[in-house]
Amino acid sequence: MDLEFSPAEKAFRDEVRSFLSDHLPRQIADKVDAGKELTKEETLQWQAILHARGWAAPNWPVDYGGPGWDAVQRHIFAEECALHSAPRLPAFGLNMLGPVLLKFGTEDQRRAILPRILDGTDWWCQGYSEPGAGSDLASLKTRAIRDGGDYVVNGQKTWTTLGQHANKIFCLVRTSTEGKPQEGISFLLVDLDTPGVEMRPIRLIDGGHEVNEVFFTDARVPVENLVGEENQGWTIAKYLLTHERTNIAGVGFSARDLARFRKLSGQLRRDGRSIADNPVYAARAAEIEAELEALRITNLRMLANARDGAAEGAQSSLLKLKGTQIRQALQELYRSALGPHAAPEADDLSDNERVVPAESARAAPVYFNHRKLSIFGGSNEIQRNIVAKELFRG
Amino acid sequence: MDFNLTEDHQMLSDTLRRFLADNYDIETRGRAAYAAPYHAAEIWAGLAELGILGAFLTEDQGGFGGTAEDVRVIFEELGRGLCAEPVLGALMGLHLLSRAGRDDLAQAIIAGEGRIALAVYEPQVACDLKHIEARAQETADGWHLTGRKSAIYGAPGAQHLLIVAQTGQGLGLFLAAAPELIPAAMVDGGGVADLVMDDLPAECLSPDCADWIEAALDLGRVALCAEAVGAMDFLIDMTVDYLKQRKQFGRSIGSFQALQHRVVDMMVELEQCRSITISAAARFDGPDRGRQVSMAKNLIGRMGTRVAEEAIQLHGGIGMTWEYPGAHYAKRLIMIDHQLGDHNDHVLRLIASQPKAA
Repeated sequence: MDLEFSPAEKAFRDEVRSFLSDHLPRQIADKVDAGKELTKEETLQWQAILHARGWAAPNWPVDYGGPGWDAVQRHIFAEECALHSAPRLPAFGLNMLGPVLLKFGTEDQRRAILPRILDGTDWWCQGYSEPGAGSDLASLKTRAIRDGGDYVVNGQKTWTTLGQHANKIFCLVRTSTEGKPQEGISFLLVDLDTPGVEMRPIRLIDGGHEVNEVFFTDARVPVENLVGEENQGWTIAKYLLTHERTNIAGVGFSARDLARFRKLSGQLRRDGRSIADNPVYAARAAEIEAELEALRITNLRMLANARDGAAEGAQSSLLKLKGTQIRQALQELYRSALGPHAAPEADDLSDNERVVPAESARAAPVYFNHRKLSIFGGSNEIQRNIVAKELFRG
Repeated sequence: MDFNLTEDHQMLSDTLRRFLADNYDIETRGRAAYAAPYHAAEIWAGLAELGILGAFLTEDQGGFGGTAEDVRVIFEELGRGLCAEPVLGALMGLHLLSRAGRDDLAQAIIAGEGRIALAVYEPQVACDLKHIEARAQETADGWHLTGRKSAIYGAPGAQHLLIVAQTGQGLGLFLAAAPELIPAAMVDGGGVADLVMDDLPAECLSPDCADWIEAALDLGRVALCAEAVGAMDFLIDMTVDYLKQRKQFGRSIGSFQALQHRVVDMMVELEQCRSITISAAARFDGPDRGRQVSMAKNLIGRMGTRVAEEAIQLHGGIGMTWEYPGAHYAKRLIMIDHQLGDHNDHVLRLIASQPKAA
């Protein structure tokens, strides 16, 4: 047993740490810490800083502008970014479409699209879910019918994360109604300024604008925008579900959130004592910490498996399940530690009107926002189905 | 980063698994574990012969192991085989004998000549050594102990007993030859004893060694955690097999999602328990030993209980029967939480070791 990173990996971690300390703008990290929404410009500012260092697309090969890192390096980078409260870069282009094009796209598509993702020219969003196709994604109905050199697209997509910042969307569309539903799906790239494409905001439980719905009405999309073969879309979607899931356990986020709780609990007093000395909170925090420590090791075990070439699949489901449970438990702990002071709307009070530390002002909205973790990216019930399929096989 | 067993450990693990599979079925266990001396002499001799006890000592001490990783590998297999032999007491006893330089006695024990157990806890003490009340007094004719000890695992039939008592200088460690005990079977099998001491003569191994004793207990906790991981692993396999075979409503009940998801949650917790145990063993000699061990014992106490209760529920009526081996695995998993401090005790230990926030 050796739980430690190799000397080279530790040196890499130090390099990442010192880069983050030197280059991550403080005001951006503070906003991330406080759970505030970042502007598009702030996110792109951080992307430009990483891009200048060659680190904007951790899982791309060197030939296409990535750093060519292995699984362990990608893990270290993601964890350090989370611990330093770096903003997440727009994942749909960098972590999803990029790898899809590298695996399934043509060389022309790669050369045309990847550089614009890397330098932030294009902001991609994802058109997967539909009002009638969530967990049962294969039942999606948005039609793309071939007409000359175009597909004509009609239908509706939903839960389009940060679509308001995007100029492009990649979609799963139905190109055939023959055979099994999975066999008639294609992966199509669409310009959001195509006539007939309209985006509308969805306001979420926390009051924020994070997701959207997208309507397609006779939108004409050139056939060259197809990725892979026609009707190969499901294979591509499944590839993304089991690959490119670095940091799905979110150990770095949880470590940061536990540290935030410890700091806050030392600053809050209630009914005669510090929250840090309240045995109920202390016990809950200690139990979550034990689970997080276990998850850290589980994550490394599975990372070592991946490094040694074992199949992923059910392992990433396991990490998603436990990782999201811990992250949600920490949000709950942080919110409840504030007691009555979690209630005031963050924007209704200035920092000096608050009776609790300003960085905790958005605790309740952030807690509500984090309920999404067990719903998106394949709900936790779907993850259990994936593991069960392996367990109960035969 | 490497999570594979070494070749030696893999061999040790395979050998022990085969030995228990070949020689220690549930009927053998049932006959031995509930009647005095609460273990099977031939199995004990077999374990000694395999070198299982020798693996608890370093080469310098006359063994061929001596790390927490050795302990983890061995106890995971003991858990998988639901072995009720008094290995836990021997582990902690051997560790302390070596610390005290009593290699002669340690050698005899690893050769299977005589057994040893550790008397540390008391009716009012189950985890925190600060509250030990038993007293030792030095007189003209040596040391004498007075007080009460309980939860002495594997003590019935043991020829040697290590006893912890206050000396005035600190917590001392004493060796006594087979005092009269109040023995009992544990509800999950194996022997346990209480001891009433009234001027019991004993040899002083150290008048002040609380740190040795805590280290021995922490090693015992790693052992219990690993045992739980082995037992959980086996019990979950049994549960999956049962759900596949059992038919109701004309189909295998393993096809029902409501049941599948519960098994998946058990499996997630098993992998978490395995991870924290790996971590506690791997970091045993580091500065974070106490915290790592308490995190492991807390998580395993909670999740072992959850897995056991779920396994009984998923088996339905059959899981409630004495005849079904799974029931005994479930019982063991739950009772492990009662040994060497339960999940609540270890939360308190974690809180006490938590650095104050700035």
